[in-house]
Amino acid sequence: MSFFPYAVAAWLFIIGLYGIVTSRNFVHLVICLAVLQSSTYVLLLSIGYRVGGTAPVFAGVPVGTLAVDPVVQALMLTDIVVEATVVALLLALALQLHKHANTLDPDKLKALEG
Amino acid sequence: MSTLAPLPVVIPLSVAAILSALNKFVGRRLSEALAILTTIATGVMCGELLLQARVQPVIHWFGGWTPRAGVALGISFAIDPIAAGAAVFASLLVLAALIFSLHYFETVGTLFHVLMLGFLGAMCGFALTGDLFNLFVFFELMSASAFALCGYKVEEPESMQGALNFGITNTVGAFLVLSGIGLLYGRTGALNMAQIGRTLGGNLDGLVITAFVFIMSGFFIKAAVFPFHFWLADAHAVAPTPVCVLFSGIMVELGIYAVLRVYWVIFDGPFAAHRWDVRALLLAVGSITAVVGAVMCFGQRHIKRLLAFSTVSHVGLLTIGFGVLKEGALAGVALYVLGHGLVKAALFLVAGLLLHRFSSVDELELHGRACRMQATGVVFFVAALGLASMPGFATFLGESGIIDGAKGIGQGWVRAVFVIAGVLTAGAVLRVWGRVFRGMGKAEDAETAGAKKIDEDRETNAASHGIPAVMFAPAAALVLLAVAVGLMPGVKRAVRTAAIVMQDRTGYQARALEHAWIPVTPAEEEHTPIGKGLAWSFGTTAAALVLAFLSLSPYWPSKHVLARPVAKTVHLLRAIHSGHVGDYVAFLTFGVAAFGVVLAVLIHLR
Amino acid sequence: MNRRGRMILFLLSAAVFGGVYLWGLKGLPPVGHYRGPYGDVLNQVATYERHVTDIVTAVNFDYRGFDTLGEEFILFMSVVGGTVLLRRQREEEKSEHKDQALSDESPERQAPEPSDATRVLTLGLVGPLVVFGLYMVAHGQLTPGGGFQGGVILATAPLLVYLGGDLKKFKQITSHTLVEVAEAAGAGGYLAIGFAGLILGGAYLRNVAALGRTGMINSGGTIALINLATGLEVAAGFVLLLYAFLEQTLEIRLRGGK
Repeated sequence: MSFFPYAVAAWLFIIGLYGIVTSRNFVHLVICLAVLQSSTYVLLLSIGYRVGGTAPVFAGVPVGTLAVDPVVQALMLTDIVVEATVVALLLALALQLHKHANTLDPDKLKALEG
Repeated sequence: MSTLAPLPVVIPLSVAAILSALNKFVGRRLSEALAILTTIATGVMCGELLLQARVQPVIHWFGGWTPRAGVALGISFAIDPIAAGAAVFASLLVLAALIFSLHYFETVGTLFHVLMLGFLGAMCGFALTGDLFNLFVFFELMSASAFALCGYKVEEPESMQGALNFGITNTVGAFLVLSGIGLLYGRTGALNMAQIGRTLGGNLDGLVITAFVFIMSGFFIKAAVFPFHFWLADAHAVAPTPVCVLFSGIMVELGIYAVLRVYWVIFDGPFAAHRWDVRALLLAVGSITAVVGAVMCFGQRHIKRLLAFSTVSHVGLLTIGFGVLKEGALAGVALYVLGHGLVKAALFLVAGLLLHRFSSVDELELHGRACRMQATGVVFFVAALGLASMPGFATFLGESGIIDGAKGIGQGWVRAVFVIAGVLTAGAVLRVWGRVFRGMGKAEDAETAGAKKIDEDRETNAASHGIPAVMFAPAAALVLLAVAVGLMPGVKRAVRTAAIVMQDRTGYQARALEHAWIPVTPAEEEHTPIGKGLAWSFGTTAAALVLAFLSLSPYWPSKHVLARPVAKTVHLLRAIHSGHVGDYVAFLTFGVAAFGVVLAVLIHLR
Repeated sequence: MNRRGRMILFLLSAAVFGGVYLWGLKGLPPVGHYRGPYGDVLNQVATYERHVTDIVTAVNFDYRGFDTLGEEFILFMSVVGGTVLLRRQREEEKSEHKDQALSDESPERQAPEPSDATRVLTLGLVGPLVVFGLYMVAHGQLTPGGGFQGGVILATAPLLVYLGGDLKKFKQITSHTLVEVAEAAGAGGYLAIGFAGLILGGAYLRNVAALGRTGMINSGGTIALINLATGLEVAAGFVLLLYAFLEQTLEIRLRGGK
């Protein structure tokens, strides 16, 4: 069981990639990208976890208590903001694409071949 | 501690924030002036940092958190000469792009300049940082600005498609890098590059190999190395000209820079005993990239797409230079980045000028229309010679550095790749010069017949009848600079000194973590004979000219017996470049998997 | 490439990729046994050095404050980028007045009116959400929370007004210029605090404000100030993003809802 979270992270990455490769709709594709990004959350948080550790917040809890790693949690906060903003930009692009090309299907866009 | 170090990042970001607040209140002139002044100031600051770094690399700990007992608590900037040089170059190209977009370019209030300044700040931060996660953060900041700038022309659906292809592939790359960073953090418990390098020591196991493959692949996606290169042509075909200048001139080169930095500070320790395996992979990948890029380049009719594929090809050459893993070759890479960036930026600026005057960048559509633009034609022609690494250009210095380094480890065959890439890419650009500026050739052609015509909308307010000085001057200045750097004495030695500093892993760690004072020692004078390299480079340039004139003349052998298999291969190659993001990500997965398996097998075979 | 070719290439590559990834993951310490020095050192020293109890916020805004500055500017650039990408073209500007008149006349081209239950619930929640968001922002250095988390909660308040009303009401309560200035002020505030650290302390983002007592709301020195700046920027940024998206979606709907 101590390897399972890592395997979940790998699986999420691969399933996200699968979604992107087989997608027929750019909005669906961006959400698959978000799934891929969540694999990094699982990876980071499992790395920082400590069995029996409490949250790294010492309000009411004495400072020497066993706690999990605060650094990965801070990294994950940054990661989430990055994901949200990238998703916003890509969705804006998809919206404008739909408005002008009337489709969101990657298969139907033939302008950039060769 | 240096107080100058954070400014090249913080000043552009501050001015960007101020400009954004003033969006509805200030006019175009003030916005342009502020942006240009800020860029000049940033360039000057980075130049000062370069001068300081040439004596002793500059270290700055943010928040005052200096390391304790070798454990880094905060984030550092670790500025060695190559890092500062990259930041100076970024400022220079942003300046050229901003001057080009004066007065005519369609800006959206102040927001175009906000995005450009954000892009500049991010590139400086990316080059100067000494912390691995900070590298990722600036990578994403670069990407956020880049996606918006790439999709700038929102009325064209091709623009949206190109920007989406760019955005999706590069974001997958960014999260590959983050996964690699996570793996390294799990092993070493550190995010500072010097500390990670020290903690990893010399042990090489599955985790280190996987982390290296992920981080390298993620940055190679940004650098547009085969098989991750598909997005580059799409993005360049649709992005506005000032943005293309930055993409091809510095952004993809920063991807190579990141792999170099991460390799030499973190991974050279574990991989020291297996350098030849890394070399084999990088030389192979670089060669394939160079040839694929060059072949695709020759078959394009959309000038910006043609230039984009030539960038792919030259990035392949840079990868070869990296793969040699010696300081002479590393110096060559730095000089080649400089030389190539300058001439490529000039070529894109001329393309933008053509778009402004004639509302088209299609080679066949522009046939003979620029015959009266004499000076512009000269600039375009000279820049094309720089692509072929003709002696006198900085690219020649770079190429000779890389090839000498390769010959030193017994891999002199890479010269053939340089020749092929130079002949095909410079030949293609010279063909464009001949057709557009001289009216040579026919209006329809065999080798570009398969390429589709991509309509390009205007990006400027109104076509003018003359050649605006703001558009011509930066292009000419950049080409002159490329020649100046190529002819300046002592350049090669200075860059070799910088390369030695970059490769000095223990020195970097001591300077960063213990505040050690280890001044930079200049490299010894080099006495390699230069005659053979000169001959080969002149030969390449001549062959490119011959190829260009041949392809424009009626003697082009389109019915020759060799033409069928060549045409079939080109057709297959073109079919792979389908514009479909699913294909791109499938190739991406293939590339990462292949790198991982090849490296793992090579290492375990020894 | 056709779909089948793509699938075959991808499935084979993904299998190998998964193998490589798992092989690398095997080298990590088992889950639950975090070993590295970085987190442990910070857990021990942060409360004594900075008088804060939430170590994650201390890492975010002090020890690794420069990363968070970069992240805040990623948000800033994305909002600016979103505004640029979703800008109205000139033809759309000209026909705006025409469409406004039309949308008042033809009910089948409008979105359905929100029900009474939706209206009561959303508008009732706006007040508590704003208070809760401000609470989250202000107490970031004491308990889990902080500028980013609280800022997003604050940004949902105008969104609730849109859900309970319509776009006109949303535009009435959010002046676009004011929100733009607020966002720039938040981002600029973070930079300015960093400059104070550079000028007064020699290093950018050095914590040079009074540290206060652990457990009080004004503890942490610049951490508390950066919290407020970030909360302002995140809230304003997301409102701007919502504004741009909602305007474009309305534009599409008015053009016949393709």
